[in-house]
Amino acid sequence: MNTENIHLTKKDFSLFYNDKKYKLRVNMETKKIHLKTNNFSVFYGNFQAVKDVSLKIKRREVTAIIGPSGCGKSTLLRAMNRMNDLIPDCTAEGEMIFDETNIYNKKVDVVKLRKKIGMVFQKPNVFPKSIFDNVAYGPRIHGIKRSELSDIVEKSLKQAAIWDEVKDCLKKNALAMSGGQQQRVCLARALAVKPEILLMDEPTSALDPKSTAKIEDLISELEKNYTIIIVTHNMQQAARISKFTAFMYEGDLIEFGGTQKIFNKPDKQATEDYITGRFG
Amino acid sequence: MLLETRKLLDKSFTAVGIGAILLMIFALAGILLPIIWKGSGAFIFKGTVEHRKIMFDLWNRGDQADLQKELKLVEKIRAPLFAKIKTFKTELKKMPRTKRREFKNELKNLKKTLEELIGPFPGERQPVLLRQRYGCPRWDRTLIKLKEVLYITEWDYSNPEKGGIKKLIPRRKYFKNTSMESFFPYLKENIENIMQPHLTFYPQFLTDSAKDSHIFGGIWPELLGTIYLTLGAMLFAVPMGVIAAIYFCEFASNGPVISFLRISISTLAGVPSIVFGLFGLAFFMNTIHLPKSVLTGSLTLALLILPTIIRASEEAILAVPRTYKEAALALGGEKIYTTLTVTLPVALPGILTGIILSMGRAAGETAPIIFTAAVSVGSVLKIDQLLTNPTPSLSWNIYNLCTEHEAVDEIRHVQYGMVLALIAVVVLLNLVAIFVRARVSSKLQN
Repeated sequence: MNTENIHLTKKDFSLFYNDKKYKLRVNMETKKIHLKTNNFSVFYGNFQAVKDVSLKIKRREVTAIIGPSGCGKSTLLRAMNRMNDLIPDCTAEGEMIFDETNIYNKKVDVVKLRKKIGMVFQKPNVFPKSIFDNVAYGPRIHGIKRSELSDIVEKSLKQAAIWDEVKDCLKKNALAMSGGQQQRVCLARALAVKPEILLMDEPTSALDPKSTAKIEDLISELEKNYTIIIVTHNMQQAARISKFTAFMYEGDLIEFGGTQKIFNKPDKQATEDYITGRFG
Repeated sequence: MLLETRKLLDKSFTAVGIGAILLMIFALAGILLPIIWKGSGAFIFKGTVEHRKIMFDLWNRGDQADLQKELKLVEKIRAPLFAKIKTFKTELKKMPRTKRREFKNELKNLKKTLEELIGPFPGERQPVLLRQRYGCPRWDRTLIKLKEVLYITEWDYSNPEKGGIKKLIPRRKYFKNTSMESFFPYLKENIENIMQPHLTFYPQFLTDSAKDSHIFGGIWPELLGTIYLTLGAMLFAVPMGVIAAIYFCEFASNGPVISFLRISISTLAGVPSIVFGLFGLAFFMNTIHLPKSVLTGSLTLALLILPTIIRASEEAILAVPRTYKEAALALGGEKIYTTLTVTLPVALPGILTGIILSMGRAAGETAPIIFTAAVSVGSVLKIDQLLTNPTPSLSWNIYNLCTEHEAVDEIRHVQYGMVLALIAVVVLLNLVAIFVRARVSSKLQN
C-alpha cells in the first residue's frame, strides 16, 4: 500500500519518519482504516454530484454521512460498492481504496467487490419470493451447498433479530410481512453473504419509530463484526448510533470527525448551521 | 367549481362509462351468439337415417341391428315411390314419341334431384363419389332438397323493367295427367317417415376426419393443424422474443443501432399479415427451399407475432422495480443471473399477457399460412410429418369452404362449426394462459 496516501500531521511526520515505530503505526493505521477515498468525485454527465471527497472509514465502527437532500451523500455511498455503474452517464474520478486496491480499477471484479461490501436500501426491497429464498439468494449465487443453506439462513436471520418472528413461516412470501420486518429480512439477506462492510442508505426512513428503534439496536449490535456506513436524514439517529460523522453539502465534504465533536463543537459554520437546524 | 356541478359531472361520467360497457356487451353478444347458435348446428341437429347409415358405414358407429331395422322400415315406405316411377316408365313406352322424349327428360331431372334427397335407387350400381352414395344426412338440408324435388325454379323475364322474377313451379304440373301425379303428394306427406329425423348429438365432429372434401365427417385435421401451427409459432417466437426483450432492456446500450432496431420492431408490428405471408413464400420457400409445411407456416407466424411479444416483454421488464435489480446486484449477483432469477420472474405476468395476445392472433391468422402451410384438404399429420407436409387449418379452411368449395351450400354447417371451433380454441388458449398468469402473479404477491 502506498503510505503517502495516509494523512499525517506535521507532528507525526517529524516524530516518526524513518522510524520502526512509524512503520508499525502506519501498518496499524492501514489495518484500522477499512475504506478510504482520495479526491473522489462522481459525475452524472456534466453535473458533479460528489466533489473531491477524501475520507477514511474506520474498521468495525459506524460512520454516518449526513447532509441536506441532494448533497451527494447517497451517491457517495452507492459509489462505495459501485452501484452507480447501473446508472448510465455516471462516471467517477479519483481513488476509492479497499483491500489496497482502487475499486474503480478496470481489473476489479465488481461481483466479488459487492460480495465484500453489502448494501441495505432505503425502501425494503425483498424479492417476491419466500423468506428463505430471499436470505438464501446471496449464498446460492456464490455457490454455497444446499445442505449449508439452512444454517446460513438461520444464522443471518438471528443476526438480523427476526428469527423468532419468522422461524415458523420461512416458506411464506416475504412481501406479506410488515415494512420493518421486510427491512430486517433485507439486512439478513445482506449479512448472509458475509460482507466486511455494510452500506446503509437511509435504512429507516420508510419505517415507523418502533421498527426504526429495532434497526438502530441491530446496527449497534452489528458494529462488533462489521464496518457500517450509514446515510441518514435523521440527525438524532446519526448522533445515537455512529462513532464518526461526515457532513456533506452540495457535493463537498464539509467536515468529517468524531460524532461527539461534530454535534457539539463543529469546526465549520455550515456544519453548525445544519445541525442546529438553520437550514437543510 | 360548485359541489352540485361536480356531482353532476361525476354522475354523468359514470353513466357514460356504464353505457359504454353495455354497448360493448351487446356488441359482443351480437357477434358471439350467432356464432355459437349457428356453430352448434354442426354438433346438434336433426339427423336422418342417412346420417346413421354414414356413421355406421364410415366410422362403424351405432348398432347394426337397429340400423337394419330402421333401413327396412324406410325401404318399405320408399318402395311406393320406386314402384310409381316403374309404372310411369311402362306408361311411357305407350306414349307417342315426342311426348315420350319430353317426359323422359323430366324423369331424368327428377331422378337426379331425388337421388340427392334419398340416395341412389335400390338395385343400381354404386356411384363412385362418396357424396352420391347417400341421401341428405341432415333434416334442414332434407327440407331444402325436398323443395327442389317438388318445385322447379324458373325465372320470369317478361317484364323488362323489373328484371328476372323467381318463380317456383310445382314439378307435378310437368307430369300432369300421368300416374306420376300421385308421386309428389306421397313424397311430401311421408318425408318424415322416409328420412326418420331424430335429434342427433355429434360431438365427434371435432375428432372425425373429413370425408369427400367436408361433405361428410368432421374437422379434426383442421383443428389439429391450427394447434400445430399456433404451438409451432410460439415455440419459435417466445424464446426469441423474450431473449430479444431482455437484451434490449438489460444489456444493450442506447446507441443509434439499438434505437433503429426498436423503431423497426414497432413498424414490423403494424405490417399487414399478407406481407408476412409473401415474405414466408419468398424467403423460407423460394430462397432457403423449405417445403410447404407446418414448419414453414410456424416460422412465418412466429415472425408475425414476434414484434408483439418483444414489445410486451420489454414493457414488462422495464416495469420491474429497479430496487429488485439493485438488491440482487448488491448481493454480488451477476447481471445475467440477476435477470434470470429476479427480473424475469417478476416480469413474467406481463410477458404472459403478450404471449396470450399473440397466441390468439397466431391461431386466427390466415394470410401468412396461405402460401406457406395451408391446404384445403389434408389428413391428420404425424409429428415427423410436420417438417415436410402442409396441413389444413381452421382459419384457412373457413375461408376456403365459403369461397372455393364446389358445394358451398351443402356444407354451411361445417363452415359454422369450424368458426365456432376456432373461437373455442382461441378462448381456450386464452383461458389457460390467463389461469397461468393469475397463478404466477398470486405467487408473486404472496
